[in-house]
Amino acid sequence: MSHGGHAPAAGEPVAHEPVFTGEVRAKLEALFPKYPTRQACLLPALWLVQEARGWVSEPALAEVAEVLGLTPAYVKGVVTFYTMYHTHPVGRHFIQVCTTSPCGLCGADDVLQAILAHSGCGDLGATSPDGRFTVVEVECLGACGFATPVLVDDDFVEGVTPESVPALLSRYA
Amino acid sequence: MGFPHPSHPKETVVLSRHFGDPAARGFRGWVDRGGYEGLRKALTMSAEEIVAVVKESGLRGRGGAGFPTGLKWSFMPKPSGKPHFLVCNADESEPGTFKDREIIRWTPHQLIEGCAIGCLGIHAERCYIYIRGEFTEPWRILVQAVEEAYANGALGTDVFGSGRRIDVVVHRGAGAYICGEETALMNSIEGKRGNPRIKPPFPAQAGLFGMPTTINNVETLSAVPHILVRGAEWYKGLSLASPKSTGTKLFSVCGHVQRPGNYEVTMGTPMRDLIFDMCGGMRPGRTLKAVVPGGSSVPLMTADEVEDCALDYEGIAAKGSMLGSGGMIVMDDTADLVRVVWRFAKFYAHESCAQCTQCREGTAWTAKVLERILQGKGTAADLQLLQDLAEQMTGKTICVLSDSCAAPVVSAIRKFPAEFEAYLSGRREPVPA
Repeated sequence: MSHGGHAPAAGEPVAHEPVFTGEVRAKLEALFPKYPTRQACLLPALWLVQEARGWVSEPALAEVAEVLGLTPAYVKGVVTFYTMYHTHPVGRHFIQVCTTSPCGLCGADDVLQAILAHSGCGDLGATSPDGRFTVVEVECLGACGFATPVLVDDDFVEGVTPESVPALLSRYA
Repeated sequence: MGFPHPSHPKETVVLSRHFGDPAARGFRGWVDRGGYEGLRKALTMSAEEIVAVVKESGLRGRGGAGFPTGLKWSFMPKPSGKPHFLVCNADESEPGTFKDREIIRWTPHQLIEGCAIGCLGIHAERCYIYIRGEFTEPWRILVQAVEEAYANGALGTDVFGSGRRIDVVVHRGAGAYICGEETALMNSIEGKRGNPRIKPPFPAQAGLFGMPTTINNVETLSAVPHILVRGAEWYKGLSLASPKSTGTKLFSVCGHVQRPGNYEVTMGTPMRDLIFDMCGGMRPGRTLKAVVPGGSSVPLMTADEVEDCALDYEGIAAKGSMLGSGGMIVMDDTADLVRVVWRFAKFYAHESCAQCTQCREGTAWTAKVLERILQGKGTAADLQLLQDLAEQMTGKTICVLSDSCAAPVVSAIRKFPAEFEAYLSGRREPVPA
C-alpha cells in the first residue's frame, strides 16, 4: 500500500533523514533470513531506529512501514503497545526505576524519590531542564532479589539505595 | 546455588552450579564443564527416544503452569513438510521471579544446548528465544553465546558434523508483561501487538507463523541436557515428597529475608528450610507474616501454612496456592499487605492488553478500590465489591492475566482480614493520595 501521502503530525519537523541507510540498512537486511515474514522484523527494526535516533518519530515510523511493506497506522499500533519504544524525545539518559511490590517492600519508593530529586526531573516522565535525564517508573525488572534495580539506558544497576543515587547519576553526563 | 551467596548444604545444585563463574559463560568454558554432551547424545537418538526420556524424567514446565514437558513435546505432529518451531520463553517478568535471568547471564550455553535438544525432539530446525527488552545484559550475553555456538558447530547447517540443521534466533521484546503469555509471545515475534490468542488451536497445531510450535520456559529447557546425560531415573529420583514433582527447581527468593537470591532445591524440600535456613530467615527481631510462593499471580500463604509446606507443585497446591514460577516474595510483620496487593493490582492494570472487558475494567477497578481503602476512604462493602469483581475476573477471559490479578487480592482479604480492617476502621494512618 502506498503511504506517500502520510502527513507528519503537527509540530514534527518535516525533514527526515532516512534511518535505513548504510550500516543500519545492512543490519535490517541481516534480519530478513531469520524470519519467514517481513512483518516479523518489525520489533527488531524499531529497535534499530531507536538505537540510531534515540526515539521513534512519526517519519521514522513511516519509514519502517515502507521498508517492511506495512502501513504507518499498523506500525503505530504496534509501537504504542510496547512501553520501551519512545514516541517522543527523551533525555540523554533514560532511567527506569522498578517500584513493583517486591522492590516496594525493600524501599524502591525512596529510591525513586531520590532519583527524581537528584536528576532534576522532579516529575515522572519529565525531562530535566538540562536535557540530561528522563525518569520513569517501570514494572518488575526481574531482579527482585537485588532490590532496587534501576536501568540507566542499557546499564542494569542492582541494589540502588537512596544514598547511592548521587554517585550513580554522576556517572552520566 | 543461592547466588549471589555460596551454595547451601540443603541445596541440590544442578542448573545453577556455575552461577557466578564468568569462565563458564564461553563456549570453551562450557565444554570444559561437561557442556554439549547432552546435545551430542541427542544427535544419536531419534526424536521419539528424546521425547521418551524427557517424559520418563517427570520434568514439568518451570514457567508457571507445570505442564509435563515430554507430554507437551509429544503433542507435536509427525513431520509433514511444514516447518516446526521451538520457542523459548525468556520473557521473565512475573514479579518475584529472577531465575531465568541468572541462567542466561551465567550459563547461556546451557540454555542453547537445551534449545537444540528440544528442536531435535520436536522435528524443528529453528528455535526463537524471546527475551524481554529490559534484560539488556543477559541479551548481550545470549547473542554472543549464540554466535559462538555457530562458530563452534553447535548450531548451524551441520551440527557437530551430524548433517542436522538447528538455528537459534534471539528475539528481543520491548516492554510488555503479557508477552510472557505463550500466544501473545508468538504474536509479538510475528511483529504484532502482544494480544493473547484464543485457544484452540493450541500451539502444537497452529502456533508461531501458523506452524506447529512448542513453547518452553528457559529453566525447563536448561534442565534437558542434564536429563539426557544423567538419565531419566536420576532426575526422577530427585523427589522428596510427591512423585509427580521431580528434579530440582530454582526458587527466586526476595523481600524480607536476610539472604535473597536464587536457590536450587530438590522438589519436595520443606519451604521452612528454604526461608529460614538457606535464606537466613527474617531480619533480626522480625517475624514472618506472609509468603507469595510462585510469583505475583498466586494466592498468598500465611506463616502457619508455610510451617509444613513441601516445595513442589502438589505441596503448595495443598495450601491453596501454586508453585507457579518459583518467585517467592517473603514478607515480615512490617509489611502492609493492603499496599502490597494494591501495587500488584496496579501492575496488572498497567499490563492488561485490554482485549477482554473483564480484565481491562476489572484490573483497573481492583486497583482503584484498593487505593481508596489505602486512602482511608474505603467502606466494609468494598471488601465484598473486590471479591465480586474477582469472581467476574476469574475464568472468563482469553488468558489468565485477569485471574492473576484477582488471586492475590482475594487470598489477602480472606487470610489477612485484619490488614484491611485496620484501614477501614481508621486504626491505620491513611496513605496520602
